[in-house]
Amino acid sequence: MNEAKIKHALGEKEMIRIEGMHKWYGEFHVLKDINLSVRQGERIVLCGPSGSGKSTTIRCINRLEEHQQGKIIVDDVELTSDLKHVEAIRREVGMVFQHFNLFPHLTVLENCTLAPLWVRKIPKREAEEVAMEYLNRVKIPEQAHKYPGQLSGGQQQRVAIARALCMKPKIMLFDEPTSALDPEMVKEVLDTMIGLAEDGMTMLCVTHEMGFARTVADRVIFMDKGEIVEMADPETFFSSPKSERTKLFLGQILNH
Amino acid sequence: MHTDPPKADAPRGSLLTDPKARAWTFQILSILVVIGVGWYLFHNTQQNLANRGITSGFAFLDNSAGFGILQSLIDYTERDSYGRVFVIGLLNTLLVSVLGIFFATVLGFLLGVARLSPNWLINKLATVYIETFRNIPPLLQIFFWYFAVLRAMPSPRQSYSFGDALFVNIRGVYLPAPEAAGGLVPFFVSLALVVVAWVVLARWARRRQEATGVRFPVIWANLALLLAVPLLVSLVFGKPFTWSLPELKGFNFVGGLAVIPELVAITFALSIYTAAFIAETVRSGILAVSHGQTEAARSLGLRPGLILRLVIIPQAMRVIIPPLTSQYLNLVKNSSLAAAIGYPDLVSLFAGTVLNQTGQAIETIAITMSVYLAISLSISLLMNWYNKRIALVER
Repeated sequence: MNEAKIKHALGEKEMIRIEGMHKWYGEFHVLKDINLSVRQGERIVLCGPSGSGKSTTIRCINRLEEHQQGKIIVDDVELTSDLKHVEAIRREVGMVFQHFNLFPHLTVLENCTLAPLWVRKIPKREAEEVAMEYLNRVKIPEQAHKYPGQLSGGQQQRVAIARALCMKPKIMLFDEPTSALDPEMVKEVLDTMIGLAEDGMTMLCVTHEMGFARTVADRVIFMDKGEIVEMADPETFFSSPKSERTKLFLGQILNH
Repeated sequence: MHTDPPKADAPRGSLLTDPKARAWTFQILSILVVIGVGWYLFHNTQQNLANRGITSGFAFLDNSAGFGILQSLIDYTERDSYGRVFVIGLLNTLLVSVLGIFFATVLGFLLGVARLSPNWLINKLATVYIETFRNIPPLLQIFFWYFAVLRAMPSPRQSYSFGDALFVNIRGVYLPAPEAAGGLVPFFVSLALVVVAWVVLARWARRRQEATGVRFPVIWANLALLLAVPLLVSLVFGKPFTWSLPELKGFNFVGGLAVIPELVAITFALSIYTAAFIAETVRSGILAVSHGQTEAARSLGLRPGLILRLVIIPQAMRVIIPPLTSQYLNLVKNSSLAAAIGYPDLVSLFAGTVLNQTGQAIETIAITMSVYLAISLSISLLMNWYNKRIALVER
């Protein structure tokens, strides 16, 4: 992977603001006082041991999970139980999942045009043109008329990225996008994500790919037991972490 | 060059433990047993028939039946043949099956979705419905609708009336019926023209959308066509139908369409009973679609109704279809319970009355059984074809 840092300028606008967010699963306190502000074009990598609440945090941003306390503001819209707000935010926030979650009964092209047609309500031809453009970007235009079941894992994940991009989102959330892939397919997906970062997309990415964090991230966040333990730029984060827990975690994943 | 495989002079064990020899022996033995039993049954039947002086064969189908039938979809008088009685019974069975399958499917899908609803009340109502009707034997439900509900209706003079067009009393349900009038032919011609117009319109709208991106409200235009054209035609050429309303004359109703209580009871009971099973089938099908699908659809901003329609149901269908087929088969076969309340279905008419009158047990039972077999196989074939069509493409 290209280790040279991708340079870019951050926008002035604050895209995501999370203030004092708490969440419980019954008695279990999964998220404890999360505070985070993300500027336009900023790339954030979240890491931490499993069960630390990193996926839950980003899933709260498009309300796949509900937070019970605190405030989340996405693109100037506050996330409440108001369905209008939830839908408005989901239109602007794309998400890529660990297990791709492509729709197996639709072709690759139909996967990509479904939401633009039914949510954005744009003409079919235009939706297909946009979809082909993004399929070109993730380098699989020739698979457009195949079904997800006929593609490799890496190809499926690239389709999933294209599908999210077709809604022209302002923010992209990645929930362990490479964890379910065979090692030789990780690179093609990471390259796609780096390309996206170069275009200035605001990104929040839960991943253990530390090379990706070094190259792409503006900030790396380490979470443990539902708390943000450490938040720093990648150089500081990897060379001189402050907390013992971060050092232990980095030691485990970098040396194996 | 082609070489023959070496002759089988490989060492062999005893014939008793040789798998090939054993397989052959068992197969030959079973065939002999089947043939033996079959021959015994045939021979025994022939002898008994001969002893009692019963002639076998299908000639009895041409004899005059000589009894009345409660409901027939085709013209029938007592002088008509047993063959015609068979057709009437078959049509009555098919009528109950088609009505039952239609209502059970609609009700079942609604209940299945309702039982998954996050709304507490809807969810619990669906659960109570399913758990109640699934666990009561279908015959009891038929009795309930027939004896407890429809036989408890008032006499024709005290009928429950709905807008003076629909009447319910102990003799059944009376509905308004359309009767042909002067404008009937132009009316049907205009309907055919509307269908042609739909096809043309759909093509034009699709082409226009692909070219310019502008959407055309096809559904509303189609509805408008369907309402406006026949209405105009009937204004010009005269009414296509006159509605014949049921009217109380003396002690009973005349005119309109009379639906006998037996048909209402059996249709209600079978639809409600089978709907409970179909609801569970639909629920399991929907639950079989992974939660990730819902999450992906939500993250794209799709609304719950659209997620169900575009993402969940199409995938759930492939899980639902095979058990749904067996529910349809059950419904068709359960329709023979109609005999218990005297609805003239195939079993009660043909394998009942006709068998008793003619004594041709073997023939009537054989015909009846083959008919059910044919209906069931047709449903299976149709559903398998549909299932194949919607199956997912895998690698």
